Amino acid sequence: MPTDGVQYKSRPGNLTSSAPNKFNPDKLRSEEMIINLGPQHPSTHGVLRLEVLLDGEIVKEVVPHIGYLHRCFEKHAENLPYNQVIPFVDRLDYVASMNCEHAYALGVERMLGIQDQIPKRVEFIRVLVAELNRIASHFIAIGTYGMDIGAFTPFFWVMRDREHILRLLEWASGARLLYNYIWIGGLFYDLPVGFEERCREFVKYIRPKLQELETILIESKIFIERTANVGVLPLDLAINCGVTGPMLRGSGLNFDLRKVDGYSIYPELEFEIPIGEGKMGAVGDCWDRTYVRYLEIHQSLRIVEQCIDQLTGEHKRTRDFDPQELVPKKIRPAAQDLYVRAEIPKGELGFFFRADGKSDIPFRCKCRSCSFVNLSVLPEISKGILVADLIAIIGSIDVVMGEVDR
Amino acid sequence: MSTFDQIVSMVEDTCSHAAPTVDKSASPHALIIAKEDVVVVCRILQENPLLYFDMLSSVTGIDNGPESGTMEIAYNLYSIPFDVHLMIKIALPRDNPQIDSVSGIWKTANWHEREIFDLYGIHFVNHPDLRRILLPADWEGHPLRKDYSHQEYYRDIKVKY
Repeated sequence: MPTDGVQYKSRPGNLTSSAPNKFNPDKLRSEEMIINLGPQHPSTHGVLRLEVLLDGEIVKEVVPHIGYLHRCFEKHAENLPYNQVIPFVDRLDYVASMNCEHAYALGVERMLGIQDQIPKRVEFIRVLVAELNRIASHFIAIGTYGMDIGAFTPFFWVMRDREHILRLLEWASGARLLYNYIWIGGLFYDLPVGFEERCREFVKYIRPKLQELETILIESKIFIERTANVGVLPLDLAINCGVTGPMLRGSGLNFDLRKVDGYSIYPELEFEIPIGEGKMGAVGDCWDRTYVRYLEIHQSLRIVEQCIDQLTGEHKRTRDFDPQELVPKKIRPAAQDLYVRAEIPKGELGFFFRADGKSDIPFRCKCRSCSFVNLSVLPEISKGILVADLIAIIGSIDVVMGEVDR
Repeated sequence: MSTFDQIVSMVEDTCSHAAPTVDKSASPHALIIAKEDVVVVCRILQENPLLYFDMLSSVTGIDNGPESGTMEIAYNLYSIPFDVHLMIKIALPRDNPQIDSVSGIWKTANWHEREIFDLYGIHFVNHPDLRRILLPADWEGHPLRKDYSHQEYYRDIKVKY
């Protein structure tokens, strides 16, 4: 299609930055300088831009500039019926879409008051796919983190293993990343026949591979030297900044919403909450955060196994099972305000809903994203460090820009 | 560990501008206070060892539309040791909305308040660094207001695609 005329005219004003620096270069002391990191930089995990004030090689101040991936999630949600928001929810944390959908569905079900009627099989399938997705997300976190600080091989190994998970989820939902599988009140479809067996094979396959990952990356001397005692996040600062997820647990607090809130089917499952213990350095350093993620993969595998046991035992597939049985035709919650939260791989994903009781469209749907809040702690913990350590800290926060910018 | 009614009675005395009201249809239950009281009430909620709301989960801006003439801010607090949730709601006038910042109490509020300033144009007094956060600095208007209409051109690029 031909364009009608010139779409973009270059004017002097157009060359100014749309996100101006906080620090004025003219007012710096003579030994200081500003380095711009990102938004197109491989170690910033997407389109994160950091304005770094340096004194030689020492970081004095970091100012994150975000918003490069802003896709107006909240504005879209105010214009769509509840069930049609789910594909947008997928695109928040696009490497852990199942977990995001789970949180969103939980919230709308609570508003409708149907959260206790969901069939057990649906709940087990939800937790199964969510935990598989959690493993995939932690694989990315650990793999790309290793790559950030120079370990290239583990990245390929975890991407190879993540591929198995993505193929499983593609088999179930039809999509590799953005599933739209967990619906309000049910599921898009039952698991395909043979899924449980393949899952079991996957669990059997992945356990030795995790051991390899631990040997080559987590316990590697180089990795420990780069991450131990780097970016130490004290617990009181973490709580005051609202940090959640593996970052908070890495700082030594046993706080996991799957246990604390006990939503969905989690109270019936056995798993432990790994926390950072400062094994290689101080509690709450980059190594602790990575190790917590690594241990969480093991716990998620335990949950996956228990879910498969239930799905092939007590709650096995029957001919008359309809996962869409409870999916409401018309979603019109009573007028209320509701805040719901759930544990996704990065932390606490919260949704604030306001329903006006008169329409199928949320009056307000705010997403409290964990990457956004976790990223806001970066300026606090990166004062007086080396530039190379700043890269190590960014990677250990595990931000997904889709969720930061929404 | 305190129930919602106990929390209400404990903060009642600190509200000097208007007596707090409650909204029990909200989940978690909501406390509705005057905007002038926000900092003193939040400080009590965070510092009192019986309440100890050490975590600010979320700050939400809400625009009730031009007909009602109000905006709202909802704070979602959580106490990790007591496992208690609380919502605080504050109504603001729609023209020139202003409220004191709570970022001195919880650092979480810093970015959340910047986001609300960006998308709703609510001004936070005493905020350390109130700039736009998600949108470009030279964007016009505040998109989550109900009467928002976007500008036609942004830097000579047509906004409506």
